[in-house]
Amino acid sequence: MKQLFDIFLTFFKLSPITFGGGYAMIPVIQQEIVEKKRWLEEEEVADLFALSGSIPGAIAINTATFIGYRIAGIPGAVFATIGVMVPTFFIVVVLSIFYGFFHDHPKVEAAFEGIRPAVVALIVFAAYKIRKSAVVDKTTFAVAAAALVLLLFFHIHPVLVIALGAAAGVLLIGVKDRLGIKTAVDDSSQQLDYFMGADI
Amino acid sequence: MLWLLFKTFFLIGLFSFGGGYAIIPVIEAEVVRQGWITTQQFTDIVAVAGMSPGPIATNTAVFTGYQINGWSGAVVSAAAMVLPSLFIVLVVAMFFYRLNHNRVMKSVFYGLRPVVIALILYAAIKFALSNGMAAGINAHTASLLVIFLVSLYALIKRHTHPAYVLVMAGIIGMAFYS
Repeated sequence: MKQLFDIFLTFFKLSPITFGGGYAMIPVIQQEIVEKKRWLEEEEVADLFALSGSIPGAIAINTATFIGYRIAGIPGAVFATIGVMVPTFFIVVVLSIFYGFFHDHPKVEAAFEGIRPAVVALIVFAAYKIRKSAVVDKTTFAVAAAALVLLLFFHIHPVLVIALGAAAGVLLIGVKDRLGIKTAVDDSSQQLDYFMGADI
Repeated sequence: MLWLLFKTFFLIGLFSFGGGYAIIPVIEAEVVRQGWITTQQFTDIVAVAGMSPGPIATNTAVFTGYQINGWSGAVVSAAAMVLPSLFIVLVVAMFFYRLNHNRVMKSVFYGLRPVVIALILYAAIKFALSNGMAAGINAHTASLLVIFLVSLYALIKRHTHPAYVLVMAGIIGMAFYS
């Protein structure tokens, strides 16, 4: 029980620094989990980060769940997950309350008028950051373009487009394998398995 | 109401690879379809969620949940978002530890990642349209475009922290639009 509380507290303290993507957590996790607490080896933490990116959900939360499990099984996973979620949860609820009170205020409305185009920039930036790992060849470029057309002009539900993308990946790699074309999947020099879902 | 919130965010959580901006259009599609929130309000929610620490998708879910049903809405949305990944992480941790080296998984991500780029750009385009960034040729639209371009420049070239960009844009908005 003491260890579970310790796990909870460790991730509780880590949580507020997971600003703008879970990767900010990596150095701090290494310091806390590997060097200070000696719960896990460094290579193991790197592996867990890579895996966390390929599972649905936020990387920061998935990593916490993973590490919690490796330290203390299912109870450890649950305590780590709650620990990492609680601080940011309260921060968001408090901001949400403020927003409810002030969003009609002309000054706040004016601020949001300026913030909205910056949010669009932030989103474009997110796409910019993953362009190299996502669009690795002509095929992936075509997939991206096709997906955008489906979303914009055919109003296909995003979840369906995600499922289609996963199916297209398996299909395209299968076809390329038959044709004997080398793909990014074969290229072991590319760190495709590490940070598989990086910044997604 | 809470059950509907739970169901909606549970399904969203199931598909939220990375928990980043790619999942924003999925959340938007669902909450607007349910009539809970308008696209314009949703942009504000994403702005505030982006200014807070923590994963943007989870933050957006918590914020949306709170706006719809108060504290219980926030708790239910957060729990619903995280439960699918909690289960999947546990299953993977128990059985498929070497999942990342699996060829099929790599193929899935080969197709998934370009779709993610498309989803993110789609979110950007939708937000730009709903915010009047393409509303016509006038001074106001131009000023919004300038904020957009300067923000993008700061993020890409100057490596400015996203939260700082949002705060600066807010200050500029307060100075010029009120």
